[in-house]
Amino acid sequence: MKAAVVVFPGTNCEQDAVYALESVGVEAALVWHRATDLSEFAGVVLPGGFAHGDYLRTGAIARFSPIMSEVERLADAGAPVLGICNGFQILCEAGLLPGVLLQNAGLRFICRPVQLRVTSTDSILTRAARIGQILEIPLNSYEGNYATDPATFADLERNDRIVLRYSDPTGAVTAQANPNGSLGNTAGIANRTGNVAGLMPHPERAIESVLGSSDGRVLLESFAMSMSGADG
Amino acid sequence: MGEPLVHQALGMTDDEYEAVCVILGRAPRDAELAMYSVMWSEHCSYKSSRPHLKRFPAEAPWVVVGPGENAGVIDLGDGWLGAFRIESHNHPSFVEPYQGAATGVGGILRDVFTMGARPIAVWDQIRFGSLDDPHNRYLFAGVVAGIAGYGNAVGVPTVGGELAFEDCYAGNPLVNVMALGILRREQLVLAESGGEGTEAVLLGAATGRDGIGGASVLASASFDDTSNAKRPSVQVGDPFEEKKLIEACLELYERGLVIGIQDLGAAGLSCATSEPAAKSGMGMEVDLRRVHVREPGMTPAELLMSESQERMMAFVAPENVDEVLAVAARWEIDASRVGTVSRGGALRVFVNGDLVADVPAASLSEDAPVYHRPLRRPDWLDDLWVDRPVTNELDAAAGLLKLLDEPSLADPAWVYEQYDHMLFLNTVVGPGHDGTLLRIKGTTKALAGTTDGNGRRCYLDPRRGAARLVYEAALNVAVTGARPMAVVDNLNFGNPEKPEVMWQFAETVEGISEACEVLGIPVVGGNVSFYNETDGIDIYPTPIVGLIGLADPYPKRPPRLDRAKAGMDLWLLGPDTSQDLAGSVFQKIVLGTIAGRPAEPSPDIAAQLTGLATRLAAGEIVSVLHDLSEGGLAVAVAKVCIVSDVGVTIDWPGHAFAEDPHRLIAAVHSERSDRMVALADAAGVAAHRIGTFGGEEIRVGRAAVNLERASRVWRTALPRRMGQDSGRRTANATSGHACR
Repeated sequence: MKAAVVVFPGTNCEQDAVYALESVGVEAALVWHRATDLSEFAGVVLPGGFAHGDYLRTGAIARFSPIMSEVERLADAGAPVLGICNGFQILCEAGLLPGVLLQNAGLRFICRPVQLRVTSTDSILTRAARIGQILEIPLNSYEGNYATDPATFADLERNDRIVLRYSDPTGAVTAQANPNGSLGNTAGIANRTGNVAGLMPHPERAIESVLGSSDGRVLLESFAMSMSGADG
Repeated sequence: MGEPLVHQALGMTDDEYEAVCVILGRAPRDAELAMYSVMWSEHCSYKSSRPHLKRFPAEAPWVVVGPGENAGVIDLGDGWLGAFRIESHNHPSFVEPYQGAATGVGGILRDVFTMGARPIAVWDQIRFGSLDDPHNRYLFAGVVAGIAGYGNAVGVPTVGGELAFEDCYAGNPLVNVMALGILRREQLVLAESGGEGTEAVLLGAATGRDGIGGASVLASASFDDTSNAKRPSVQVGDPFEEKKLIEACLELYERGLVIGIQDLGAAGLSCATSEPAAKSGMGMEVDLRRVHVREPGMTPAELLMSESQERMMAFVAPENVDEVLAVAARWEIDASRVGTVSRGGALRVFVNGDLVADVPAASLSEDAPVYHRPLRRPDWLDDLWVDRPVTNELDAAAGLLKLLDEPSLADPAWVYEQYDHMLFLNTVVGPGHDGTLLRIKGTTKALAGTTDGNGRRCYLDPRRGAARLVYEAALNVAVTGARPMAVVDNLNFGNPEKPEVMWQFAETVEGISEACEVLGIPVVGGNVSFYNETDGIDIYPTPIVGLIGLADPYPKRPPRLDRAKAGMDLWLLGPDTSQDLAGSVFQKIVLGTIAGRPAEPSPDIAAQLTGLATRLAAGEIVSVLHDLSEGGLAVAVAKVCIVSDVGVTIDWPGHAFAEDPHRLIAAVHSERSDRMVALADAAGVAAHRIGTFGGEEIRVGRAAVNLERASRVWRTALPRRMGQDSGRRTANATSGHACR
């Protein structure tokens, strides 16, 4: 079964996503945002970039793209749906994940590797990892500052839905290790059923040591496991 | 007294106006005058520089497209080509830093994808006045934000560049951008119109009133206190529109739907109609009413001069026009059929059937005046070249800390971490190192790139300074394991009407040419930016050399600055002379002067050392390989120590901060030193073991600096000045600029 990598006008990480998915054995195909039928796909990745130029607000226009109702249908059916960076922002705008991504606390774009601590394995993004595992993965965003209202955040924590948090190299989740001001150092979350997940860092940029890190593989392998699960 | 005449207001001289009258055999219509004024501007016509640019060596067996097209193209083997070009956006960036820098990125990308290439990387060369002045901080923050805002969103990584601060750039910052693309040979397209009946299809953004006269009144004139009034001449960029345009054009090339294509940059429609037609020996009929516009009521002259961004003119066979329009619709960009190629060589422009311009197409690009401007060696060099012995007692430890705090030498992470430098999964060696190395996936090849400049040295001796830039750039590429292939240059100079400036220009061209000949690499393109002058003060002559190299197979673990380890030996490769302080950063910062004559480079040593560097890096023999440039040995070693987090002890008698040419340092495992020395011997390059890595200090002779202290000074030098100490905090008081 194939994964759909959705391309909005302004998306720019789609080829990287396909390359990385294929490196963990997932067959992936690009699908234009005007498509209205994803029935041949077992999972969806919304890759990074600037969908619709990020105009108005990140993800605010993309959530109305024709393909999004199909993405919602697959999410409701339990298929793995992963949003990376801009894709995470779109999932939040579409209401498939709670919360919003604000401008970074430093008001500057951040492109650099950050350390992440795996804090839950109950998701399509982290099921192949182990709790406490520390991953070095590049961040690449201006609006990466995760925020919710207090009740929503308490619910996320209570239900173990924060799957990745920014940490220092020892795995300590500290204010100093928070690159963008995200609430509770949140770098990635999942929905209640664990099949919809989003993260700001780019696991597809950390799949080969020649480029600096292969720590992102375990996250994409989690997605691959979920794809074969969805197959059955 | 009185209002200037129309042609004068458009930046034309009386003689140029007369020449137009001679060509047409009558007085020009408004729209015609507008076209000549932009096409004959210094920026578009190179009228002062052309006689000199012929000097550049432009040929090599691997050159596919040389100077004169939108970008130079070189053969990378196995059907792969590389296309690259460099451009300046100096004046727009001073008038409006965010949009000026942003549209600079957009413009150079179009030059590259006009050739059929997918743009894969951008390098940024930016120079400002001192950061002690809040206005310079505003310009610096705005330019970086503009490059980030456009480059990140358009989806092309910014992988390297250089940063410098000198007082001479306070009234005239330099913003130069180099872009690189790759393509398969069969996708190469040129700016040709094709034959009679070919249709011209205008793709992309709607045409508006922005950037009118950008090439003439803004880019080709000096600055004074009225410069803010030129803000309407700055274009406004939309990276989203450009991203869609890139994808649409690449699909057109892949499907073979265009005969030729030309981007609309400086001189807008005037250039994109006349140049391709002239190149194909044809004319064209254009209907301005068909141009999709952003605002009503634009005059023909405005439509022809507008520099609205994100537009391309595709030349399409009639039977393919519907397909082209369908591709445009799919990528959600506008397209309009604005003209048809005709025989006879006349460019005829209509509005609602009325003829508003009728000129020989070739006259716009090929009959531009050429000025053999007078040259004069500046008298001030006599004073500057007098040797001044270094009298003050050198405190190397204090000197090193001072230099590490100098913004031009400090950690550039504050800048490059605002740029996406990893997109496309190619970046094997990224920003912060001497050269960038980008792999081409699915092959064994990687492209290396660098851009280098040094205004102080070129001010003291433009010929030597420029030649040394080429040698330095070649080393920066070689230390990644690549072989230097070709050069593009961006020649930033003052007012060409001053004979001293033209002398600097001619000497620079000579220096670049000599060095390129020594290394056997051609100049495949470039850009000239004159009139970098504010209130009568010219900038230092500031050529920027962009150099691209090829590694095949590329090293999986190339040398990097952060790969030194305790126990490794430190070697100096190259001559052990060290006395050249002329124009050095030590001279500027510690001695407070800029004087002397920079050392003459040695062609033999340059070629030998470059070849050795490529072999050492490609063979993965050394862990660190770093060229000694600004700040000399002390700063070069300190940077390696800081980013590798290891100390060093050096025993070496030379001047720690001298900037003699042709020197590298290497960090090597002791068991590999024999191989390194054997290769150096074979290349005829001297190798000296001058130290050992280890400990918590950078020790140079008697001087010692604590590593952690050096690291703190170097890493915080830019954030401290820009109002941000660590990686995370709010409020950048100096920026004050709305950007996404």
